[in-house]
Amino acid sequence: MDKIRESLLKKSIASKIERRGKIISLICLALIVSVVFLIFYFVASRGLATFFKNHINLWQFLSGTQWNPGTMGTNGQPAVGALPMIVGSFLITILSALIATPFAIGTAVFMTEISPRRGAKILRPVTELLVGIPSVVYGFIGLQVVVPFVRNTFGGSGYGILSGTFVLFVMILPTVTSMSADALNAVPRYYREASLALGATRWQTIYKVVLRAAIPGMLTAIVFGMARAFGEALAVQMVIGNATLLPHNLVSPASTLTSILTMGIGNTVMGSLQNNALWSLAMILLLMSLVFNLAIRYIGRKGKLNHER
Amino acid sequence: MAENSMTTDQRNIMKFDPKDHEIALSTEDLHVFYGKSEAISEGDLQFERYKISALIGPSGSGKSTYLRSLNRMNDRIATVKGKIMYRGLDINSNDIDVYEMRRHIGMVFQRPNPFAKSIYENIAFALRQRGMTKKQDLDEVVERSLRQAAMWDQVKDDLNKSALALSGGQQQRLCIARAIAIKPDILLLDEPASALDPVSTSQIEDTLLELKQNYTIIIVTHNMQQASRISDYTAFFNLGKVLEYAETGDIFTNPKVDLTNDYISGNFG
Repeated sequence: MDKIRESLLKKSIASKIERRGKIISLICLALIVSVVFLIFYFVASRGLATFFKNHINLWQFLSGTQWNPGTMGTNGQPAVGALPMIVGSFLITILSALIATPFAIGTAVFMTEISPRRGAKILRPVTELLVGIPSVVYGFIGLQVVVPFVRNTFGGSGYGILSGTFVLFVMILPTVTSMSADALNAVPRYYREASLALGATRWQTIYKVVLRAAIPGMLTAIVFGMARAFGEALAVQMVIGNATLLPHNLVSPASTLTSILTMGIGNTVMGSLQNNALWSLAMILLLMSLVFNLAIRYIGRKGKLNHER
Repeated sequence: MAENSMTTDQRNIMKFDPKDHEIALSTEDLHVFYGKSEAISEGDLQFERYKISALIGPSGSGKSTYLRSLNRMNDRIATVKGKIMYRGLDINSNDIDVYEMRRHIGMVFQRPNPFAKSIYENIAFALRQRGMTKKQDLDEVVERSLRQAAMWDQVKDDLNKSALALSGGQQQRLCIARAIAIKPDILLLDEPASALDPVSTSQIEDTLLELKQNYTIIIVTHNMQQASRISDYTAFFNLGKVLEYAETGDIFTNPKVDLTNDYISGNFG
């Protein structure tokens, strides 16, 4: 009897192990959270220094069109206008998403609705393979194939927003496709059955029922693709031309936040205005990816509400 | 109705005399395969017009599979062999426009499956696909179908509310309303009340008895009381075979097959 009392009052080995496991996973969590916060803190402290230490006007930074930190612009202030890069990043992101979306949705519909067996066996592995190709390979192909193609077809040097768009289109297509396919697969089977049993054709069912129900999931897929396009650096840098000019057409050399960052970060001295200005660009990137993330969560939550029964 | 106008063959399956009974739908030598395994090995039933025929049997007996084959909802899932006769046509042949056929042979599923749209749009969906676009016409059909499904008074003020906000019983009646909005000949119901509480169940049953005047109804049910309450004829399925098909009263009071007796008295299943 006393033995049982004793064992009840003492912590067993199993409960000790459980405690240890809890602590280990808590430490891992804390580590990751603190890394995220440190990144934010570091980028913000460096990025904000441009405005507080070097006294650059935030509005000037966002709307200025001259980028050449270290020299003075025409207005007598340091030339740190980031507008060309911001415009370049947004243009290239939106354009590539615009082109990729119809292709991605078409492929996803084929994969899930029209030929699910071939979709699962061949198409899906292939698209997932495409996700894994290193971006430098995409960039290299862009440089060797897309840039000459654009040069010969649309004129100009070939370097510019258009080439970047084409390269990014191919890069985000697999991501958007496979996420869209997931969204379509998540549409309950009884939706399709309900529609078919009412005499709707397969196309009517796909177009009016399945696609409608999958809208939140597909929006998430598109925003995810845009986030990827916005943050892609290397491949874009290889084909865009990296001229810090406000793009006035799609085939003249331009630049994005990421391409200027990768180009410039090795050539500046820590703490200098040139360096701080680059950190400010990085801060914009980070904030934008935060916005994309929040958008994905928001859309996802709305989609869940729609499906609740 | 003359008693002698129905005969029972040696397999205990009732046959109607076409002179006295109008047959809405019948199957001849129906076999259904999932891959290589056979789910239905013999389905030979006739369904009389404007009657309720119930399909009962234990789980896995193939009654749902049989029902789903009747309007070819199994097309992409299983292989269906044999004849399904409707208006003198074998609708199990490749020449049949499946989508047009399903307009005449509607279906309601086990789980209420309204679209994530408004009540109104749920019913208008199929009508719009068929080219009915005038608001006035749509309004009329929506009201008529909801009345037939005995839910007009409850929802007439909330037609624009999401169908998902309805209770399970109401959702199921909406699904019935949706199915009858396109005026089918035959209504197939796959355990329409199995996910519902007793009150909703009895409302659905009342609705079905009401609908019988205009529709031929074939219903799969797990609930034997339900079959005895509402159906005119009952078929008993076991292991992919119809073991007995007769008037409901006969099946429940005087089953010819021992297994039927065992099942309805609750000895197995």
